[in-house]
Amino acid sequence: MNLADGVQLVSFIVLSAMMLGGALGVVLLSNIVYSAFLLALVFISMAGLYILLNAAFVAAAQILVYVGAVNVLILFGIMLVNKRQDFSKVSKAWISQASTAAVCLGLFALLSTMVITTPWAISAIAPIGDGAIVAIGKHFFTDFLLPFELVSVLLLMAMVGAIIIARRDLLPNEIAGNEQPALTLPERPRELVSGGQK
Amino acid sequence: MNWFRVVKSNLSNEYLEQYLEQYLEHTMLQLQYFLILAAALFCIGIYGLVTSRNAIRVLMSIELLLNSVNLNLMAFSNFLDPEGIRGQVFAVFVITIAAAEAAVGLAIVLSIYRNRGTVDMEQFNLLKW
Repeated sequence: MNLADGVQLVSFIVLSAMMLGGALGVVLLSNIVYSAFLLALVFISMAGLYILLNAAFVAAAQILVYVGAVNVLILFGIMLVNKRQDFSKVSKAWISQASTAAVCLGLFALLSTMVITTPWAISAIAPIGDGAIVAIGKHFFTDFLLPFELVSVLLLMAMVGAIIIARRDLLPNEIAGNEQPALTLPERPRELVSGGQK
Repeated sequence: MNWFRVVKSNLSNEYLEQYLEQYLEHTMLQLQYFLILAAALFCIGIYGLVTSRNAIRVLMSIELLLNSVNLNLMAFSNFLDPEGIRGQVFAVFVITIAAAEAAVGLAIVLSIYRNRGTVDMEQFNLLKW
């Protein structure tokens, strides 16, 4: 990145404020649809931080995968379980929330003191910037070839597993017992299946 | 920041020179800023993971955790290993795993919702002694 230092600092401050505010909104807002859209804001500001860190390829991958796929998937999930329900109150819920907040603040204090006191071995070499794509490609096909192939197998397994877990039960007509109107899917939800068998 | 350097070279005042040096150092983005930011995001994610009642919000908190780890990897890659950029390669792997995790996690949430009729984490106590 050929930006002046001041510009980098100001954009870092703006992006980090967007990211922290969005993350707090994701965790604290009561409407979960707002949370999902704020999650997209967090992902986009994270991509901006990656660009500040001289990683344009990973920033593009972040926007494509997270904003384009994961966030849309989460929105679909929210709309598939669109049951507006108020969760029943758990007694003494504030104790668990307060203790969790205390533990998280303590963890943050510990991590920040560790970050500040550790003498990092900052490298003096200039970052390769736009040559990062070539370097990443070389890594993928030389010394990271085995993890790369394993990740593709894992994606296939995750796809098959997600389909098998989430699909509805397939029942033929004779077992279900009732007349099936035309133009419906051969699969039916589990409630109908159990209701028909009883 | 070039004019600062010009002004600095023309000055003989030591204190002013020291001050300008500190100013120049502080305007640079540093590794610590990114690490502290990632730590803050990680703590927010853990808080959401533990206290959320909605199962989908738990999945979103896990995404926040994975993102904070990614930010750490990218910061180390830029400041400690700017030639090899192995951190970026790891970040790409983490992004891939996170996508697979989101797909399987949402499938599990949908399946639980069909069986139990709710997404409340407090109701998912089938495996509780």
